Amino acid sequence: MSRTFSLGGIHPHDKKISANREIGEFPLVDTAYISMSQHLGSLSEPVVAKGDRVLTGQLIAKSTGFISANIHSPYTGIIHNIEPWPDLSGNMVLHIIVKVEEDEWIKGIDLDPSVERNIKLSKEEIIKRIAECGIVGLGGAAFPTHIKLTPPPGKKADILIINGAECEPYLTSDYRLMMEKAEELLVGTKIMMKALGVEKAVIGIEENKPGAIKKLKDTARKDYSEIEIESLKKRYPQGGEKQLIDALVRRRVPSMGLPIDVGVVVQNVGTAVAVYEAVQKNKPLIDGIVTITGDCLPDQRNFRLRVGTTFEKIIDVVGGMPQEAVKVLSGGPMMGKAISKLTAATVKSTSGILFLSQEQTKRAPENNCIRCSKCVQACPMGLEPYLLNKLARASRMDDLEENMIQDCIECGCCAYTCPSCIPLLDNIRIAKASVLKIMRSRARK
Amino acid sequence: MKKLLVSPAPHIHGQESTSKLMRDVIIALSPSVAVSVIFFGLSAIKLVLVGVLSAVILEYLIQKYLMKTKVTIGDYSAIVTGLLLALNLPPSAPWWIALIGSAVAIGVAKMTFGGLGQNLFNPALVGRVFLLVSFPVIMTDWAIPESFITGADASSGATALSIVKEGLSRGMTMDQIFNANNFSYGEMLLSKIGGSVGEVSSLALLLGFIYLLARKVITAHIPLSIIGTVMLITGIFYLADPLHYPDPVFSVLTGGILIGAIFMATDYVTSPMSKKGMVLFGAGIGLITVLIRYFGAYPEGVSFAILIMNATVPLINMFFKPKRFGKEVKNG
Repeated sequence: MSRTFSLGGIHPHDKKISANREIGEFPLVDTAYISMSQHLGSLSEPVVAKGDRVLTGQLIAKSTGFISANIHSPYTGIIHNIEPWPDLSGNMVLHIIVKVEEDEWIKGIDLDPSVERNIKLSKEEIIKRIAECGIVGLGGAAFPTHIKLTPPPGKKADILIINGAECEPYLTSDYRLMMEKAEELLVGTKIMMKALGVEKAVIGIEENKPGAIKKLKDTARKDYSEIEIESLKKRYPQGGEKQLIDALVRRRVPSMGLPIDVGVVVQNVGTAVAVYEAVQKNKPLIDGIVTITGDCLPDQRNFRLRVGTTFEKIIDVVGGMPQEAVKVLSGGPMMGKAISKLTAATVKSTSGILFLSQEQTKRAPENNCIRCSKCVQACPMGLEPYLLNKLARASRMDDLEENMIQDCIECGCCAYTCPSCIPLLDNIRIAKASVLKIMRSRARK
Repeated sequence: MKKLLVSPAPHIHGQESTSKLMRDVIIALSPSVAVSVIFFGLSAIKLVLVGVLSAVILEYLIQKYLMKTKVTIGDYSAIVTGLLLALNLPPSAPWWIALIGSAVAIGVAKMTFGGLGQNLFNPALVGRVFLLVSFPVIMTDWAIPESFITGADASSGATALSIVKEGLSRGMTMDQIFNANNFSYGEMLLSKIGGSVGEVSSLALLLGFIYLLARKVITAHIPLSIIGTVMLITGIFYLADPLHYPDPVFSVLTGGILIGAIFMATDYVTSPMSKKGMVLFGAGIGLITVLIRYFGAYPEGVSFAILIMNATVPLINMFFKPKRFGKEVKNG
């Protein structure tokens, strides 16, 4: 019997059309655009200058402050410029622009593909290495991993959860990783268990990926019996941190709390493999698995893609912009970001690029709320989206806080189910930001 | 370069729409319409047609010329209102009764509040209750009109509940009333005689219920809560005094409980938003219905019970919130 989370959720068509395409190597680009904001937290600071020659894997920008991360060069080449460049949201952010030459890796990185099972580093060395290699969460938020693996004083984790749910429709990068890098994933999980000092780890995978469940179970049975592989019902947003914890270990993260409050740390499968590569192979995070998909694409692919590749280049490689495509997303259709400028480049946490046609993504005209309560039934946080929308439009901040808008995880289930096509989440998202600001300013006092 | 569309997530929609939901309600009502046509023939066709057409035309006229807003007859909600109103009329009612009922339902109960989604009370029930207090004779004349399909002759009828109420007031016991009128459960389930157009067959209504549940148009909370409460309370009365109170099954199969519970109380706009709220709402309707039947002047009472509970919905929504995920607040 597969498990799932207790409240709400929806069942969008999963459209995993690229699931059977093996991970391919993406061709080298001419110019790479490397953002200094690839993670949650403060911008990284360049440590190279215009005209410098950098090698693949060389540190080019260092972490600034507590929540930040190092950035390494994904390519060998000459620093062409360090200047503001539009990022995925269209904001001008400092980028290091590299004119790419033939690949030459910096010394000290083990490029041998054989699996290194023996974990030699100590707990402290592991966390230091993860920080040095600039590992961030690859599930979406891009939170620096070394901080997540260092619980604040007084807090202790007793279980590590690895997120292999991949509940967003279309995306298959985590699936391919589980199929092709199963053992690396398990070693990465063991490394994080050691760093956290926990005895137990669970990998949760939705049952629409039976291949990955079988592959990991078979691999884990031999040498990794401390890692449980758990199948989950197909239901969105299973991969939401709070939902996944609820589904797998039946603990509820409190409102405004973090997983560590219930003794859990959650990491994505991509992060686990990145941790493996950093700790066992000394390889910094310069690339990741990216699904390039959409019904209007002639060919859907999974690539190992280096950071800093422009959307333009990606579109060239997959055969040009499809005629029907009107929207290009970074991420899946439920939570992904619509790209406005194709000159923007991928970042560490980019997991998918999705092309949608007018018909798929058209927003129908909004009608009156008929109070059908479908949004209430769909909300995985037990909120009342129809009410939050109404209060948000009236800017009633006290009432919004009272009705727990701050708990919204922005999964989009409400807007997806609304028969009146009300853009519920658009309004809720904006009001939530204001309420959080008010709450933070009050906490500071 | 091609202009790209940029909008916030989610980028896809479940393709559910108000018109699809309303269409499902119409489909769910079709078995009852079919049975009523078989039993009441032209009278049923006439009432349904007048009810639906007048509701749709009135909504169009009011929105287009009076309110000067977007015309929303395309969402089919006016069809549902007209249909439900017609199904709640006695089969012998004249056509203009359906017209007046629709006019009150659409014009007064729906449009004055601002249209679909804004009204506090169920429009079809407001229409029906308006007719009941304005034309009490017509609205309680349960004569069964001639049907061209079953070939039954026109005959006079009374609802099972009014027969019971009258019998009890004359000092008869339940057994005597049942025997005198040849009541049988099979008949009530398939084709009850005496009752409004739409509640001839409980089976047809239940078929619609199953369809609505399967299509996830409604959840079972409200209907089951109403039926359960009615059975519980009438069951207590029945156990205390079986001679003078009908048994719970009889109570549920008669007097519009099913059509009310399945189609009227579940109206989205006028029912609560949380599951807890829905159960409370249903229990209130069940309780008030039995109180009206046993202690009030009307033998049926479901319409009044639903309208009374409609008025409490904003309060219920305020106090009965859905189960929150993270109840315990940290650093609030």
